[in-house]
Amino acid sequence: MGKQPAAIIGVGQTHHRAQRKDVSMAGLCREAIDRALLDANLTLDDIDAIVVGKAPDLFEGVMMPELFLAEALGAAGKPLLRVHTAGSVGGSTAIVASSLVQAGVHKRVLTVAYEKQSESNAMWALSVPLPFNMPVHAGAGGYFAPHVRSYIRRSQAPTHIGAIVAAKDRNNALKNPYAHLHNEGTTVESVLASQMLWDPIRYDETCPSSDGACALVIVDEDTAKSSPNPAWIHGTVMRSEATTAAERDQVNPQAGRDAAAALWKQAGITNPLEEIDCAEIYVPFSWFEPMWIENLGFTAEGDGWKLTESGETAIGGKLPINMSGGVLSSNPIGASGMLRFGEAALQVRGAAGEHQVDGARRALGHAYGGGAQFFAMWVVGSEKPTN
Amino acid sequence: MSRTLQAPVTVAFDYTRSTGPVVGRFLTGLRDGIVVGGRTSTGQVVVPPLEFDPVTHEATTEFVEVSSVGTVTSWTWVPEPVKHQPFDRPFAFALVTLDGADVPLLHALDVSSPAEVSTGMRVRVRWAAERVGHINDILCFEPLAPGEAAATAPAAASDEAVEGVITTVSLDYDYAASPEESLFYRGLNEGRIMGQRCPTCQKVYVPPRSACPADGTPTAEEVELSQTGTITTFCIVNVPFLGQKITPPYVSAYVLLDGADIAVLHLILGVPADEVRMGMRVKAVWKPEDEWAYSLENIDHFAPTGDPDADFDTYKQHL
Amino acid sequence: MRDVAVVGFAQRQMPEFDGSPTCVELLVPAFKELYEQTGWTRKDVGFWCSGSSDYLAGRSFSFVQAVDAIGVIPPVNESHVEMDLAWAMYEAWIKIQTGEVDTALVYAFGKSSAGVLRRTLALQLEPYTMTPLWPDTVSLAGLQARAGIDAGAWDERAMAEVANRSLTDAEKNEYSIRKGGSSVEELLARPMYADPLRKHDCSPVTDGVAALVLAAGDKAREVRERPAWLTGISHSIDPMGMGVRDLTRSPSAQRAGAALDLGGVEVAELHAPFSHQELILRKELGLGADVAINPSGGALTSNPMFSGGGIRVGEAAKKIWSGEADKTLAHATSGPALQQNLVCTLEGKNN
Repeated sequence: MGKQPAAIIGVGQTHHRAQRKDVSMAGLCREAIDRALLDANLTLDDIDAIVVGKAPDLFEGVMMPELFLAEALGAAGKPLLRVHTAGSVGGSTAIVASSLVQAGVHKRVLTVAYEKQSESNAMWALSVPLPFNMPVHAGAGGYFAPHVRSYIRRSQAPTHIGAIVAAKDRNNALKNPYAHLHNEGTTVESVLASQMLWDPIRYDETCPSSDGACALVIVDEDTAKSSPNPAWIHGTVMRSEATTAAERDQVNPQAGRDAAAALWKQAGITNPLEEIDCAEIYVPFSWFEPMWIENLGFTAEGDGWKLTESGETAIGGKLPINMSGGVLSSNPIGASGMLRFGEAALQVRGAAGEHQVDGARRALGHAYGGGAQFFAMWVVGSEKPTN
Repeated sequence: MSRTLQAPVTVAFDYTRSTGPVVGRFLTGLRDGIVVGGRTSTGQVVVPPLEFDPVTHEATTEFVEVSSVGTVTSWTWVPEPVKHQPFDRPFAFALVTLDGADVPLLHALDVSSPAEVSTGMRVRVRWAAERVGHINDILCFEPLAPGEAAATAPAAASDEAVEGVITTVSLDYDYAASPEESLFYRGLNEGRIMGQRCPTCQKVYVPPRSACPADGTPTAEEVELSQTGTITTFCIVNVPFLGQKITPPYVSAYVLLDGADIAVLHLILGVPADEVRMGMRVKAVWKPEDEWAYSLENIDHFAPTGDPDADFDTYKQHL
Repeated sequence: MRDVAVVGFAQRQMPEFDGSPTCVELLVPAFKELYEQTGWTRKDVGFWCSGSSDYLAGRSFSFVQAVDAIGVIPPVNESHVEMDLAWAMYEAWIKIQTGEVDTALVYAFGKSSAGVLRRTLALQLEPYTMTPLWPDTVSLAGLQARAGIDAGAWDERAMAEVANRSLTDAEKNEYSIRKGGSSVEELLARPMYADPLRKHDCSPVTDGVAALVLAAGDKAREVRERPAWLTGISHSIDPMGMGVRDLTRSPSAQRAGAALDLGGVEVAELHAPFSHQELILRKELGLGADVAINPSGGALTSNPMFSGGGIRVGEAAKKIWSGEADKTLAHATSGPALQQNLVCTLEGKNN
C-alpha cells in the first residue's frame, strides 16, 4: 500500500518563559493544543489519536505524566502514545504522529510536546548523581564545549562565528511573539563581550531554560483538503548511535550524516542548499549551526562556518536558519524539537508572520538529543509530494 | 566478593509546581479549611475539581463548596506503609464521597485495624492546624460517630490565592554497577586503570562495557592502561554552578590514555587554564591512598608530563 | 494493511537482578537468542524501538545506554517509548505499515527491585493532590478490588481461583518467579495482606527484559513456518482519576477489544498484575469459559515492569508458532488500575 500522504494543518505553541507560573502542566499543554486545533479548524473531539513527547520525567517529577494528563489533553477514550528520545524527542514525537497517518491507521492525529523546566532544576535532572560515577565537574555546557573546540580546530573557523549565529537568532526572536528571549540590541560585538562560560562558549551563545509546549495537528489527504495551506510531509527520518564509542566522530556524527542522506533521498532532493528554502535546526549552542550545516550536507565538511559568516543563514539569505529565534531563544527541552518541526511547517504554509521567509516552499525541521547521538528530521513542503 | 558493586542512592528534589487556576482554587480552599469541588458540564460535582471538562474540554470555572463530611465508597488496608504516606503505622486508604459531591476523593483514613472500616461508613476531614494550600492540609479522614458534626478548621494564616505547591519527591534506590564497570571501579580502588578489549572490533574500552557500542559484544580481555595520555579536546570552565567542587577557571578535558581507544573526561590541573592545549601530554595524579574508593575520583586530576605535545594526526580520529 | 507477524521472542525474568539498571547485560543474550531464532544479524533489523522508564531506573536517559546492546555502528533507525514493550511493538507495527521498513526488533527492560516498586509507581499519579499522599500500587489495586467485591462484580473466591490457576500454570514456565498452586480453599485460608488483597493476589516484584521481532509478509515466512500474524491491534486510555472512573470496569480495555474481531480466540494472555484485574479484563473482552487464560502463569506470577505486557504478546505468539492454537489474544496494561490497555490478536493463518 505504501506511505499515505500526510500534512500538518495546525501548529500551536505557548508563550515560552523561564517560568510559566500561571499554568499547570495540563494548562501549558492545552495552550499549545488549543492554538493548534484553532489553526486546523478542528476540535479535540475530531482527533483520532494523541502522541505525547517530553524529555526525562525527572524534570517535572512525574512518571509518565501523560497518564494523569490524558483527560485534560482530550485523550480519554482514544489511543495515546508517549515518546522519549532525549533532546530529539520533539522531533521524534512528530514523526511517530505522522507515521500514524502515513500508515493509514488514523486520519487526524494530535501531537504535543512540552517541558516545564521550572518545576525542578534542569541541570540536576539531566545528571542525577549516581554512586561510583564521578560527579559532573563541568556544568551544562561543559559536555558540548570540548566538541565545539574540536570543530574550530578541524575547520579552522574564525572564533567569532558563534557570535554571528547568536546575534542572528536573538534578532530573529524579536520577530517571534512566542520566543522566550527578546533581547533587544544583540550584536556580534555584544555576544563577544558576554561572559565566557565554557570556553569556547560564551553566555550569549547558550540556550535558556524554558517552560513551554508545542502541538501539531497532522492529517490525511482527505482532511487536508479542508485546509487553505497544508504543509505536506516530504520525508521523515530518525537515526541513533552511541553516546560514546571508540573513535566516534562527535563533531560530525555519522547518525546525523546518515539521517540527512536518507532524508534528502526520501524528499527527492539532490542539492539541499539549492532546494531547501529555509531550515529550523536544533542549535542549543551557537556553534552547532555551522556544525549541523555540514552534518546535514548543506556544505562540504569544514565549510559550514563560511555559509554562516557570509550572512546567508539570515532571513533573506540563501538558506535562512532558525527564523523563529531557534533553541537559542526558547528551550523547553521536550518541546524544542517539535518547535523546529512546527516552525518549518509554518514557513511552507506562509504562516510564520514577521519571521516568514518569502516564498518558502520546502523547509527542514531538525532535532538532536543525548550526546549528539539521536537525530530526527523532516522535510515539509507547500506542495503535495509527487513520489 | 559480590559480582557487582552496589550502593544506595537517593534521588530527591522539592518540585515547585505551579497549579494553574483550578488546582489552585482547590488548594486555596484547603488552606482556608474548605473543600472545593468543580461542577462539570453534566452537572456533576467532582473533588478535586477537574482542570478541564471531560465532555466540553473547557477549563472548569464553576466551583462548589462541599461538606468536609462524607461516606466511604471503597477502602483498602495499608499494612506496611511506605515513606511519606500520611501515616507511618498501618492505616487505610479510602475513597470518600463528601456530602455535596458526586464522586469520591482519595485520602487516608485513620483507623487502627481493618475491622474498624466498612464501605458506607461516615467520616469527616481532620484538618491540619497549620495549612499552607497542600493536600496534606487534610491530615486524613476520621470516623464520624452518629450525631457528631464536621470538624472545624483553625483559621488560616493567609488569604492570598494559592498558585503553587511544593512537592517533595524522594526515592531510595539500590544502585548497581554492571560487572564490567565493577571491574573498572575495583581497579581504581587499587590504583589501577582497567579497560577491556572488544573481541569483535579489538577496540580497548575504558571503562569496559557490557556491550561494545559499535557491535553489541561485551568487552572481555582485561587491559591495564597507562597512567599517561593525551588531551584530545577540552573546555575551560569559567562558570560557577550548584555542587561545583573547584574554583573556576579550570579545565575539563578528554584524556586519551595510552593504549585506550576511547577518551575519559577528567580535570586538568597543575597548569594555568589558558596554557592547556589539544595534544598536551598528561599523567594521572592520584589522591592519597587512604582516600581511595571505588571511583574515578581517586585520580584527583591529570597534570602535564612536560613531554612534547602529540601530533594532531595521532588523535584527530578521537574528536 | 500489510501482513505483519511476530516471529521472535526472548525474555529474562528474576526477582532481583544484581546488574545495572539499564539491563544491558540481560539484553545482549536476549538479542543473541533472537538472532538464533531468526537467522538474522542486527543488520537485518529495519527498525528498533524500546520501552523503559527513567524513574524505574532512578536516572534520566536510562534507555540511552541500552542502545549499546544493539551495536550502533552503523547507526540505526531507532525510537523509544516511556511505555511497556507492547506499545514499543505498536510503534514498530506502525512503522512497518508505512512501508518504510519490513522488520523490527523491539525490546524493554526494567529493574523493578532497584527501588520500592509500589512506592515508585505513586509517581504516575496526579502530582498535585495524589502523589503527595504516596498511594502505592497495591493500595490502589485494593481500592479497585474492594469496589468490585462491594458491587458484587466478583468475590474473594473468584480472585483465589485466578491465583490458583496462575500459580499452577506457572510451574511449567521457567521464567515465572512465583509458582506452585494448591487449592482455592488453601489460598483463601492464607492471611489478608492489603485487605481485601492477599499476597498471591498481587504480582511479585520482578526484574527483567523482553524482546520481540516483527516481520512483514515473506520476511516473516522466511523466519518461521507458522508466523504469528498480527491480525488486529488496538489500544486506548481512560482518565486517571480514581473518583471519576467506575473502578469495577476498564472501558479502555473494552474499546480496544471491541475494535478487533475476537471470535475464535482460543488462548488469551492478559496482563493482569492483580487477580481481580483478570476478572475485569475477561468481562471487558467478552472472553468465555472456552478461552484458556494465561497458560504461561501470567503477570500474577512474574511481572517485569515495562516488559510484562510485551511478554504476553510473546507467550501468545508461541502458541501460534507451535501450532497449539490457531488464534490467540494478547493484552497489555499501563497506569494505575488498568487505566491504559492494548489488545492484539495473533493468528496462524492470515486472511
